[in-house]
Amino acid sequence: MWSLSSITDIVQTWLGSTFNPTIALLLQFVMAGLLVITLFAVLGLVLVFMERKVSAYMQVRIGPNRVGPRGYLQTAADTLKLLMKEGLVPAGADKFLFNLAPYVVMISAMLLMAPIAFAKDFQMWDLNIGVLYVSSVSSIAVIGILMAGWSSNNKYSLLGAMRSGAQIVSYELSAGLSIISIVILVGSLKISDIIASQQDGWWIFKGHIPAIIAFVIFLIAVTAETNRAPFDLAEAESELTAGFHTEYSGMRFALFFLAEYANIFIVCAIGATLFLGGWMPFHIGNLQAFNHIMDYIPSSIWFFGKTFFLIFVIMWFRWTFPRLRIDQLLNLEWKYLLPISMFNVLLVTIMAIMKWHF
Amino acid sequence: MGAASMIVLIISAIVFAAGGIITSKILVMGIKNPVKSQPYECGVETIGNTWVQFNVGYYLFALIFLIFDVEIVFLYPWAVVVKSIGWTALLEIMIFLFILFLGFLYAHKKGALKWV
Repeated sequence: MWSLSSITDIVQTWLGSTFNPTIALLLQFVMAGLLVITLFAVLGLVLVFMERKVSAYMQVRIGPNRVGPRGYLQTAADTLKLLMKEGLVPAGADKFLFNLAPYVVMISAMLLMAPIAFAKDFQMWDLNIGVLYVSSVSSIAVIGILMAGWSSNNKYSLLGAMRSGAQIVSYELSAGLSIISIVILVGSLKISDIIASQQDGWWIFKGHIPAIIAFVIFLIAVTAETNRAPFDLAEAESELTAGFHTEYSGMRFALFFLAEYANIFIVCAIGATLFLGGWMPFHIGNLQAFNHIMDYIPSSIWFFGKTFFLIFVIMWFRWTFPRLRIDQLLNLEWKYLLPISMFNVLLVTIMAIMKWHF
Repeated sequence: MGAASMIVLIISAIVFAAGGIITSKILVMGIKNPVKSQPYECGVETIGNTWVQFNVGYYLFALIFLIFDVEIVFLYPWAVVVKSIGWTALLEIMIFLFILFLGFLYAHKKGALKWV
């Protein structure tokens, strides 16, 4: 069947037959890099447009509808505008760190693309510690955010960065514990093993109530980790103007913005992989006929469908809950989510040992 | 693609970010003005130094986070093998988690988790 993996195979064999091995390998790397850059740019455009449209419809208005057909080119026009803006550096800022911060954030977001399985057999690097890689690399972004806030020579930025750091490191714990509960059920950290284990049903259905608790905690934690509302204290517009990127303008601001949206995509992709089966179609046990019908839908559509559904849920949160205060936010994590998820890990362990899951 | 993909991704991130910033530098015709480079504080001139002392709470939370993060790092290898080892592994991790939880309760009792 026509799929992403067959396209890469065709390209690979063509490269191998036309060029000598070294050049073929180099060309492959260049193509992969260009592909990821394109994916990033497209993700940025699509997600910003989606955010604006979803917000608009939830507030019973139309949203951007002037630039291009039905407003589809709005974000492209915005990017062009940001490209034409001057990138100011505030007086007294730590220039080196100020210029470095967008790169750090960008690199951490880009590195997270490696272990994500976009479709069947379509993955850059299926390393055996895939899940651990994700949780370790995603914490590099905090350094970039603290760097940006500290170096800006602006009180809003400093406050925003401090809040953001406290928030991200706190919620990393419960996100990690809910990831671990799936690792216990699978018995492997490899992304392809995790997806393969969901052949007869997704973990959210197979894992009974503990898996659902873990999924809910994961969703709350990643919402906080990506600084989204209702946990958007780091850039609470009405208090801190824009938080850690107050002083950033022009293309550097655009990079922060893009990395933020890319991070939302990545955490949702990880959530979809762990709990909703990644590219695995919706299967019910051994119902062969039903499973075969589901297999006709390409795996990439399954993956992007699940991921964008989770992104939609996170956008939905923004218009449902009011913003928390910092003490409420830390209370929620340390007094509720962390003990619950620790207890949940033990429940999942008992379930895995007794083989109560399907 | 293996481990080389990390290098490819780092390079493409740098190319992407640098490409954007350099392109905008070429396109922009900036007019120099000392007011432009002042820190933004909603129109009011900033008073005093920016790098001031901040709430000690952030530091306490970071310390407690460190303990629990190390705990989670220990949990990862345990989670991979717990299914094959069985009840012994569960008992051992319960002792481990119990000791940590006592520390957590102590921090809670001391008021380290309270935002002041």
